[in-house]
Amino acid sequence: MKECTVRECTIIKEKLTDLKEYKVADRFKDLKKEQKVEMLKRMFQIRYFEMEVEQFILKGQIYGTCHLYIGEEANAVGAMNAIRKNDWIVSHHRGHGHCIAKEADLKLMMAELIGKGNGYCKGKGGSMHIADMDTYNLGANGIVGGGMGVAVGASLTNKLKKNDGVVIGFIGDASTNNGIFHESLNLASVWDLPLIFYCENNQYGMSTPIIKSTRIKRISDRKASYNVKGVTIDGNNIVDVFNTVSHFAEVCRKGEGPVLIEALTYRQRGHSKHDSQVYRTKDEVEQWKEYDPIVRYREFLIESGIISEDEAKKIEEKAIEDIKAAAAFAEASPYPDLSELETDVYAD
Amino acid sequence: MSELTYLEAIRDGIREVMKEDERVFLIGEDIGLYGGSFGLTNGLFAEFGAERVRDTPISEAAIIGASAGAAVTGMRPILEIMFSDFTACGMDQLLNQAAKIRYMFGGKAKVPMVLRTASGGGAGFGPHHSQSWEAIFAHIPGLKVVMPSCPYDAKGLLISAVRDNNPVIFLEHKVLYKNKKYAQEVPEGIYTIPLGKAEVKRQGKDLSIVASSYMVQKSLEAAEELSKQGIDCEVVDLRTIRPLDIDTVMASVEKTGKLLCVEEACSFGSFMGEVITQVIEKGFDYLDAPPIRIAGKNCPVPYSYILEQEMIPNVDRIKDGILKVLGKN
Ligand SMILES: Cc1ncc(C[n+]2csc(CCOP(=O)(O)OP(=O)(O)O)c2C)c(N)n1
Ligand SMILES: [Mg+2]
Repeated sequence: MKECTVRECTIIKEKLTDLKEYKVADRFKDLKKEQKVEMLKRMFQIRYFEMEVEQFILKGQIYGTCHLYIGEEANAVGAMNAIRKNDWIVSHHRGHGHCIAKEADLKLMMAELIGKGNGYCKGKGGSMHIADMDTYNLGANGIVGGGMGVAVGASLTNKLKKNDGVVIGFIGDASTNNGIFHESLNLASVWDLPLIFYCENNQYGMSTPIIKSTRIKRISDRKASYNVKGVTIDGNNIVDVFNTVSHFAEVCRKGEGPVLIEALTYRQRGHSKHDSQVYRTKDEVEQWKEYDPIVRYREFLIESGIISEDEAKKIEEKAIEDIKAAAAFAEASPYPDLSELETDVYAD
Repeated sequence: MSELTYLEAIRDGIREVMKEDERVFLIGEDIGLYGGSFGLTNGLFAEFGAERVRDTPISEAAIIGASAGAAVTGMRPILEIMFSDFTACGMDQLLNQAAKIRYMFGGKAKVPMVLRTASGGGAGFGPHHSQSWEAIFAHIPGLKVVMPSCPYDAKGLLISAVRDNNPVIFLEHKVLYKNKKYAQEVPEGIYTIPLGKAEVKRQGKDLSIVASSYMVQKSLEAAEELSKQGIDCEVVDLRTIRPLDIDTVMASVEKTGKLLCVEEACSFGSFMGEVITQVIEKGFDYLDAPPIRIAGKNCPVPYSYILEQEMIPNVDRIKDGILKVLGKN
């Protein structure tokens, strides 16, 4: 793995390698090759999915807005591989990556994004609301912080049912300044809930650098307020993500949650469909691209002899193929039937 | 005088009141350098600086509460909540604090603040970014609710809202913001349109259409189209829904004898239900036909274009409504 030394991020100047103040076991090395390969495949799928979405945006087929996950793939894929398929997750507005990492159907996702009737939400939700109960995904959210309370409730169910499930609530750095964050983590703390708040600190909330909206240096410093465990990791290093989430998922399953993980990462694209990006320099973006999570993981797998250059290429090509198929499916799909408009408001 | 879009006219109004009154300041998310999610506050940061154009963390409750607190102690904040749906995160501060402070303090305080926010659907933003919540706000004693339909009104109403001594919810329609089709000549400098004063936007004798915000534009289109068939509709733009200028509505209904209310919000428990009730209570005898509403369907605002268009009233549905009230279909 290419180590980031001094990350000249305008926000946090320091060695990301110094972040490992919290030692966790290297469980990644014990994974079967298939899973390691699978992780690379998912990362590529997310990357190419989002690039295809950009094409749909250019063609005017994404109505409203959407938020791309490009540059943050290691978080979703690393975290999801560290939990079980039937562990619930809650996502946020930048949710495509979480869906894909949770093994959602790419075709149904793409169909939803362009408003088709066979999409995940029958065209009713769009990018900010894709949810998939079958893959234990409680969905993206249009409200910043909107999923946090829901995540607490899902982990309460685990506790009440006395199963050893764990819930991951993915949250953005800037969302931690909304009141619901405080209420949620405090409640999870007093009830010892099996909940991981996984904070993707991509340095900005829309145009606002996190250092301007928050006076603490680390989002994970907030752990002190709730007397919970917390740690900051390199979110562009999938091995770190995997190992950290594996460790804390076990902590939660033993009844010692909740946990606050902060992962430093970067969104390589604008905040949403419309973003002039006046708030950051091209230089900053380029510097972070040097720590692109996919490039790093791909090189790591090759350098450590886990896969060959050729295999890596095939994995990438297969991901591109998957995405093309999803896009073609979505384009060929019908728009929703108007009779669907007022259905699904109430359950029977 | 220059041709301004709705968004530009509101910005112009903000600039004027900021120049006029040092107590006025802006507070909201990404409104500074970035100029706001829709670019409405573009340039104001450069002109007035960070003290008076205050970027905040994502903290709607604190934004609304801080505005109320500043207002009650002598300032005149204009706060921006990016999408009206997000006011939900600050509802206690708005409905229990800002709205009630004056009454609870026995009339000894005032809360002059303006909550500007982008309301309504039709732009594909989906269920959490497209709602029309005017009925919720208007239901609460202590709040005033403004819903401008055009650039000229928007600027004049904004200035009045800032000068008003009460919390005012200023609902801006996101579809109107940048649409050149609705751009208008807007005078430079200060002018005001009083809160609580409706305006007849189109004179007619056959039927009264009552609407606000974007639905005024749709209603005018429908009226125009039907005029070719010899149907002569009057269109009353409420402009402010609370206080409600029921007198202007009654005068129109007295003249035409027929009432159609048009609104984008879900019909169940809607604001136009209030208008129709008041008309019936005050002037049942004026009515020659049962009044009806053309309103949003009773579901969240869906994402997909064709579903969203079906949910929100369009010109055809308004035309159907007109014909129905007139007994012509
Ligand atoms: C309650 C609420 N306030 C504001 C917004 C508008 N908004 C959407 S995303 C966003 C920034 C969120 O930043 P962060 O949580 O760091 O996530 P990121 O976008 O960086 O992934 C804002 C302000 C919203 N959707 N909901
Ligand atoms: Mg962020």
